Amino acid sequence: MIEIRNVWKRYGDNVILENISATVAEGEFITLVGASGCGKSTFLRMLLGTDVPNQGEILLDGKTIADEPDAERGVVFQQYSVFPHMTVLENVIIARAFEKTRLGFLWGKRKRAAREEAMAMLETVGLSHMAARYPDELSGGMRQRLAIAQALILKPRILLLDEPFGALDPGIRADMHALVLSLWRQHKLTVFMVTHDLAEGFHLGTRLWVFDKLRLDPQAPNRFGAGITYDLPVGQCEPELLQEIDSGLSSSGQELV
Amino acid sequence: MKRLINQQPTRVWGIALSLLPFVILLVLYVTASDARLAENPHDKLLPSFSQMGEAMQRLAFEPSKRTGEYLFWQDTLSSLQRLGLGMAIAAGLGMLLGLSTGAFPVAYSGVAPLLTVASLIPPMAILPILFIVFGLGEVSKVALIAIGVTPFVARDIQKRCLEIPREQLVKAQTLGANSGQIVLRVLIPQLMPRLIDSLRLSLGSAWLFLIAAEAIASTDGLGYRVFLVRRYLSMDVILPYVAWIALLAFVIDFVLRKLSLWAFPWQESRS
Repeated sequence: MIEIRNVWKRYGDNVILENISATVAEGEFITLVGASGCGKSTFLRMLLGTDVPNQGEILLDGKTIADEPDAERGVVFQQYSVFPHMTVLENVIIARAFEKTRLGFLWGKRKRAAREEAMAMLETVGLSHMAARYPDELSGGMRQRLAIAQALILKPRILLLDEPFGALDPGIRADMHALVLSLWRQHKLTVFMVTHDLAEGFHLGTRLWVFDKLRLDPQAPNRFGAGITYDLPVGQCEPELLQEIDSGLSSSGQELV
Repeated sequence: MKRLINQQPTRVWGIALSLLPFVILLVLYVTASDARLAENPHDKLLPSFSQMGEAMQRLAFEPSKRTGEYLFWQDTLSSLQRLGLGMAIAAGLGMLLGLSTGAFPVAYSGVAPLLTVASLIPPMAILPILFIVFGLGEVSKVALIAIGVTPFVARDIQKRCLEIPREQLVKAQTLGANSGQIVLRVLIPQLMPRLIDSLRLSLGSAWLFLIAAEAIASTDGLGYRVFLVRRYLSMDVILPYVAWIALLAFVIDFVLRKLSLWAFPWQESRS
């Protein structure tokens, strides 16, 4: 479904990503890990359309992916993903309002229909008891659940998660993993998740991409960008490999600093 | 003994301390006024409260011999009308300019530099221009307030608009929103409380512009009256008028604050 062809990304003299190529089939759950600053979030932004490659292209169904965000690609950021001035329920309804009306205000029958649909969605993520609250009254985990519900109501084909659970407690994180996995199966999504937690990457999804520099010039650390150093099917590799990748990442991370 | 920076007054002490300066000023005034009036009963500089009461009685509850109007209320009405109209125009224009420059990079490039320059011009300096262009009537006074306050409001809203996390805008786009829907459903609702805050902050300068314009060319209004009776050293009118202006300003500020909290309940949990 998605084809990435020789993608390069630079900011001025700094090469962030170099020559990335990959093919992704519909329904895959890809976890992107790497040291901080290695370009995995940049890569996600290019999939989202808020950033474009300097060279190469990303194709969606054979066509260049749109260079601005659209309803085909849902997103959940680490924070600020929900609208603080709307209640939990309104935060989910708003997607339908955007879709169905010119100005973004739903009335009458259509509003009732959207409300029911949104309540069902909130039920799935376990937030129906909070429907009338504002996001700032929710805990961090609840806010992320809301952001996921909001992103999924329009049934996007692709879901992009940018360190969605980075700010959550480990216990809540496990709950969220279960939620994301069940939604992924239920909605047959193609998921890209950026995380800095390698164990998370091994636990979730079907495929793990490790972003790291392929070559390093000690005199000019930004001369070369990162590529995908490991592309692994999850569930078919040994714990030793995890250990090896983990130590490899932390060492190159330190060299970069 | 805790450090001074960690000492919190108790509730009672807090209230007492906040009232103290008012009481001191009042006592000082009454003593000084009594002392002067004892020397010279016709002294005009520090009138007693009963003298002020009489003067206000005359202005507020007896029709003027010349026009038949109750001057105090007429002054208040005229001033509030000018202030309200000027602030309303400033709010509308400020929101429009601030929102469009904050939301659309194209508008930002086109308008923001002009806005910056405009906000540097002291509004009082263009008052003569307003008098020349609009005449000495109501329009020039309202225009002065509007022109004086709009750049501040516009720049404040622009800044607030740019402070709204980009993630929200991206999220709205991934929900299929177009620019108009984002403005209507994401930006404006979040900027409305900011607009009210911004108006509250600019009320002080709005009063300044109002009183200055009234002092120079007017036939009624609170500022006009204060400057008129100055010729007769009528402190018994000026002091109550100043207190009245302060009270009005306080009430407007209070009402705006309550309105903001009532109309935008989502702010409450944010702080």
